[in-house]
Amino acid sequence: MSATSALGALGRRLAGSRVVVVSASILFAIALIALLGPLVSPHSYQATSLDERLAAPALADMRLFGTDDLGRDLFVRTTMGVQVSLLVAVVSSLVSLVIGVIYGAIAGYAGGRTDAVMMRIVDTLYALPFIFFVILLMVYFGRNFLLIFVAIGAIHWLDMARIVRGQTLSLKEREFVEAARLIGVRPMTIILRHITPNLLGVVVVYVTLTVPQAMLVESFLSFLGLGVQEPQTSLGSLVNGGVRQMEQAPWVLLIPATILAVILLCFNFLGDGLRDLLDPRGADR
Amino acid sequence: MQQRGAIRFALTRLLCAIPTLFFVILIAFLMMHAAPGGPFDDERALPPDAAANIERAYHLDEPLLTQFGRYFGGLLRGDLGPSFRYADYTVAELIGGALPVSALLGAMSLVIALAAGVAAGVLAALKRNSIADRLITGFALTGISIPVFIVAPLLVLVFAVRLGWLPASWASTDSGARLLLPVIALSLPQIAYIMRLTRGSMIEVLASDFVRTARAQGLDTWSIVRHHALKPAMLPLLSYMGPAIAAVLAGSVVVEQVFGIPGLGQLFVRGALNRDYTLVLGIVILYASLVIFLNLLVDILYGFLDPRIRHR
Amino acid sequence: MAARRVIAGILAAVLLLALALVVLERGGPADDTANGVVTLNRGVGPEPETMDPHRAKTVQAHIVLHDLFEGLLRYSPGGDIVGGAAERWQVSDDGLEYRFWLRADARWSTGEPVTAEDFVYSFRRLVDPATAAFYANHISAVVNADAIVAGELPPDALGVEAANPRELVVRLRQPTPYFLSLLTQPPTFPVDRASIERHGDAFARPGNLVSNGAYVLADWTLGSVLELERNVHYWDDAATSIDVVRHFVTPEPSNELYRYRAGELDITATIPSEAFPRLKEERPDEIRTAPLLGVYFYGMNLNHPELGGKRALREALSLAIDRETLVEKVVARGEPPAYSFVPPGVDNYEPPRLKFEDEAPADRHARAKRLYAEAGYGPDNPLEIELRYNTSETHERIAIAVQEMWREVLGFEATLINEEFRVLVANVQAMEITEIFRLNWTGEYNDAHAFLNIFASDSSSNMFGYKNEEYDALLEQAAAQTDLSRRRLYLEEAERVLLADHVVMPIYFYISKHLVSPKVRGWRDNVLDYHYSQHLDIVDDR
Repeated sequence: MSATSALGALGRRLAGSRVVVVSASILFAIALIALLGPLVSPHSYQATSLDERLAAPALADMRLFGTDDLGRDLFVRTTMGVQVSLLVAVVSSLVSLVIGVIYGAIAGYAGGRTDAVMMRIVDTLYALPFIFFVILLMVYFGRNFLLIFVAIGAIHWLDMARIVRGQTLSLKEREFVEAARLIGVRPMTIILRHITPNLLGVVVVYVTLTVPQAMLVESFLSFLGLGVQEPQTSLGSLVNGGVRQMEQAPWVLLIPATILAVILLCFNFLGDGLRDLLDPRGADR
Repeated sequence: MQQRGAIRFALTRLLCAIPTLFFVILIAFLMMHAAPGGPFDDERALPPDAAANIERAYHLDEPLLTQFGRYFGGLLRGDLGPSFRYADYTVAELIGGALPVSALLGAMSLVIALAAGVAAGVLAALKRNSIADRLITGFALTGISIPVFIVAPLLVLVFAVRLGWLPASWASTDSGARLLLPVIALSLPQIAYIMRLTRGSMIEVLASDFVRTARAQGLDTWSIVRHHALKPAMLPLLSYMGPAIAAVLAGSVVVEQVFGIPGLGQLFVRGALNRDYTLVLGIVILYASLVIFLNLLVDILYGFLDPRIRHR
Repeated sequence: MAARRVIAGILAAVLLLALALVVLERGGPADDTANGVVTLNRGVGPEPETMDPHRAKTVQAHIVLHDLFEGLLRYSPGGDIVGGAAERWQVSDDGLEYRFWLRADARWSTGEPVTAEDFVYSFRRLVDPATAAFYANHISAVVNADAIVAGELPPDALGVEAANPRELVVRLRQPTPYFLSLLTQPPTFPVDRASIERHGDAFARPGNLVSNGAYVLADWTLGSVLELERNVHYWDDAATSIDVVRHFVTPEPSNELYRYRAGELDITATIPSEAFPRLKEERPDEIRTAPLLGVYFYGMNLNHPELGGKRALREALSLAIDRETLVEKVVARGEPPAYSFVPPGVDNYEPPRLKFEDEAPADRHARAKRLYAEAGYGPDNPLEIELRYNTSETHERIAIAVQEMWREVLGFEATLINEEFRVLVANVQAMEITEIFRLNWTGEYNDAHAFLNIFASDSSSNMFGYKNEEYDALLEQAAAQTDLSRRRLYLEEAERVLLADHVVMPIYFYISKHLVSPKVRGWRDNVLDYHYSQHLDIVDDR
C-alpha cells in the first residue's frame, strides 16, 4: 500500500464522520481567528495601559475580551496565547513522532538483540519521572521556550516508539515486506518505503492525542512559574494568571480557560473519532 | 509448566531491572548536579569561609565522580543520605513521612476513578453512539480538558471559602473531610482516561467472535458483559494501572500545593527547585523502582489473565 | 466469577468511603477552644528548613525560632530592645567589652537553668566550621570569630567567656554600635549542649528539641504545619496567653488567603497583590501593613561595558522609571517609592535621596532623554539590554511595566529574562552574563551598615562590580567611629556617593503585609516585622 492511496482512503472516511468534521472545523476556526485577530485589533499584545486595568469585555475600543491587571488587551494576548500553545504542542508532538517512529520501526524491524537493547533504553527512560526532566530542562534552557518543547518531545517519544515497534513486529511478517526482502531491498529502505506508510493510521491517532497532552504540560509549566517568557504569552500562562483574578475579574480566567478546554476537547474528540474510523474492527458499525 | 515459566520470567526481569535502576540513578545524579545554582545559593552571598565550610560539610567540594561514588556507596547500605535543605531530617525520613499521605490520597482517587471510569466506559460501549454515550464521553473528556490548577482552587473557593462546608487545607483538621476535595480534584482526569480505555476495549471485545456466539445463544447483554466481556476488556486497563499507580504515589504537585498536603509531589518539586540533590534523587529512585516493579507485576498478571500470552 | 467480585468490591469500597467522609464531622481548631486551650493559627509562608537556630537561614525559620528560643536580648512588642535571657547588661566605654547578667529564672524547656556556659557553647558552635552555619559570620565583630570560621583558630579561641554561671563577657575586635541588635537574632540563640550530644543531627526535631523560649516544638508535619506548645518552664510563662501556636506552611499567597477567609488562619504571612483592592473594601481593619527594613531594586552589573562605562546611561535608566506609578498601579499594596537604598526608619540614620525625587515627571523624562542621547543612543542606535528577574507574578509585572516605561521615554526595547530563583542568584553573583537584574535587600540588623556594606569593593555580596575608593574609605572611617552621631555622617556621605554613581535603581521600600483576624489582640506594627506569639492573645467575642 502506498502512502498516497492510504491518505486518500483516510480522507474519504474522515469526511464521513461528524465528530471528526466538527472538531476539525472548530480547531480550524480557532486557529484562523488566532492568526487573523491581531491584524484586526488596534491593540498590541505588550502595550500596558495602567489606567485601564482589569477592564471588562466590551465592544467599545475593541476590548473584546477585556484587559489584564496591567491593562494589556486580552483579545490580542489570547490570540497570541493560542498561537504559542498550538505551536509548542505541535512542535513537541512532531519531534516525538519523528524520533518515536524511526526508533520503534528500527527496533521492531531489527528484532533480536538490537531490539532488546533498544527497548531496555526505553525502559530506563520510562522509569525517570517526567516532571523531573521537565523542571530541569526549564532550568537549563529557561530562555528558549521552543527548545524546551523540542526537548519535551524528545522525552515524549517513548510511547510512540513502543507502539510503533509493536506494529512493526507484525508488519514485518506480512507478504509485501517478505517480498521486498527477498528481492534484496535494503533494510533502511524497507523501513522507510514499506513499513512507515502502513503505520500512518496508528501514528495519526496517537499524535492527535499527544497534542492536547503537550498543551497540558505547557500549562503545568506555567503553573510552576516556568512558562513562556513575558511579554509573550501562552494559553497556560493566561489561565494561570487568570486563576489569581478568579474573583475580581472572572473573565480573565474564563475566556482563556474555555478556549483551552475547547481546543483540548476537539483534539481528544478528533483522536477518538480517528481511532474509531481507522480501527478495522470498529469499521463495520 | 506455565508457573515455572512465569517464575523464570519474573526473575530475569528482576535481574534486568538492576542495570536499569543504576542508569536511572546515574542520569538523575548528573542532571541534578548539572543544573545551574547550588543548594545554598541565595541573594545574600555567603562570605567565602562560611561557604567553604558548608561545601565541605556536604562534600560539594569533591569531584563529581567521588560524590557519586559516596552517594552510591550509601545507597548500597540502604542510606539515602541527609537532606540538603531540611537539615534535621534524612531523605528516608522525609520520604517516609510523605509517602503514606500520597498513597492514601492516590489510592482513594484511583479507586473512585476506577469505579466511575469502568462503569461509565461499559455503559458508553453498550450504548455506543447514543446520546448517553455522547454525554458520558463529553463529560469524561471535559475532565481532562480543564487543567487541575483551575479545578482545585475553584473547589476551594466554592466549597471551603464560600459555602464553608469543607476544610480549605489539609492541616486545619484531622477529620476525613479534608480528603474529599483533593480526592475529587485528583480523580477527575483519571476517570476520563479509564473511561476511554474501558469504552474502547469493551467495544472491541463486544465485536469479537465469542461474544457473538454467546449472544447467538440468547444470553442477555448484562450477563454477557459480566461473564464474558468484562475480563478481557480489563486487560488494556491493567497496563494503564502500572504507570498510573506509580504516578499517583509520586503525588500530584498541583493538588498538594493548593490544599497544603504534605505529600511526595510537592516535596519533589520543591526539592528540585531548592537543588536538594539527595531528596530529589531519593524520590527518583523510589519512583523508578515503583515503575519497574509495577510493570513487572502487570506483565505477570497479564500472563495469568490472558491465556494467549505465554512467557517464553 | 472473579471480575464480578472485583466490581462489587470496588463499589462497596466507594460507598464506604463516601459514607465515611459524610459521617466524619469537620473537626479541628474549634474543638480546642471548647477545652479552654487557646490556639493561634499563623501562616508562615514557605516551609522553614530547620529548627536549629544556628543552621537556619530563611525568614520563615526565624519566625518560628523566635517563638521557640530567646537570645540574650529580645524585642518588645513595640520594637525596642529589652532583656531576654539576660536581665541587664553593660557596655565598656571603648565599646569593646559587653557584660551580660542572666536571669536567675531563665530555664530550658527541661527545667534546667540557662547558664552563661550555655551561651559560650552556643556562640562557639555558631562559628565552628563543623557546624557549617550560614550566618557563621553574624558575630564577626567578636574577637577571633572570623579566624575560627576560616578554620585558622579553634572554636574555644572565641572572645566569649563565662565569668560565672550567670555572667557572660563578650569581647569585640572593633566597636559595633548595632551589636546588641545582633543578639536578638536566631544565630545567637542558645542551644542545649546535652540534647545535641545525645541526639546529634536529630536534636532539633520535635520531641528532641530543647528550647528556652515561650514555646516548645510539639510537632512538625513537613509541608504542612509546625505545632508549638506552651513552655511551662519559661521564666515569663505567666504572661503568655496563647497555649498552642500552629505555624502553617503557606507557600502560595493566594491559597493562604483562601485559608484565612475560610477561618483556618488567624494571621497570614502576606497578602497577594491582586486581592488588595477588594480586601481594602471588605476587611479594611484586618489589613496590617507597616514599613519594613527592605528595599526592592534593579541592580546593574558594571562589568558590562555599556553600563559600566556610562554613568549618564545609568542615570537615564533610573530617571525613566516612574516609581510612583509602579507602587500605585502595579504593586498597589501601599509600598512607598524608593529614592534611596537605605530605607527610612533605620536607627541613627537619615538616608540621602536621589536628586530627581523632587523633579516633575516631565522634567525627569526630558533629562532622561538628554542623558540617553549624551550616552550615544537614539532611535537609530537603541540600547540593547537584558533585564533579569526571578519567577514570580509581582516581579514579572514590575518588569513588564518598567520595560514599557523605558520604551516610552527612551525608546528602546529591553529583553525580559525570567529565571528560576537559584539560576538568577547564581548569575547575579557570577557577574558575567547579567546586565540589569532585580533583587531585594533586607537589613539583617537595624543599621545602615547592613545595607551599605554590600557595595564595598571587598564585600562578598557586591554583585554590582562596584569599586569606588572614596566609598570604601567612607565606610572604613564610619567603622572606626564610636560616636554614633559622627559615624552616621560618614555613612550618609557614603550613600550620597553611591546614589550619585547610579549603580542601583531603588524601586520601592518593603512593607510588611498581614491579615490579622479581629480576634487577635496585642498586634503591634514594627519595622522588623517581629510578632512573637507570646505577645499576642486571642479574644473570641462570639
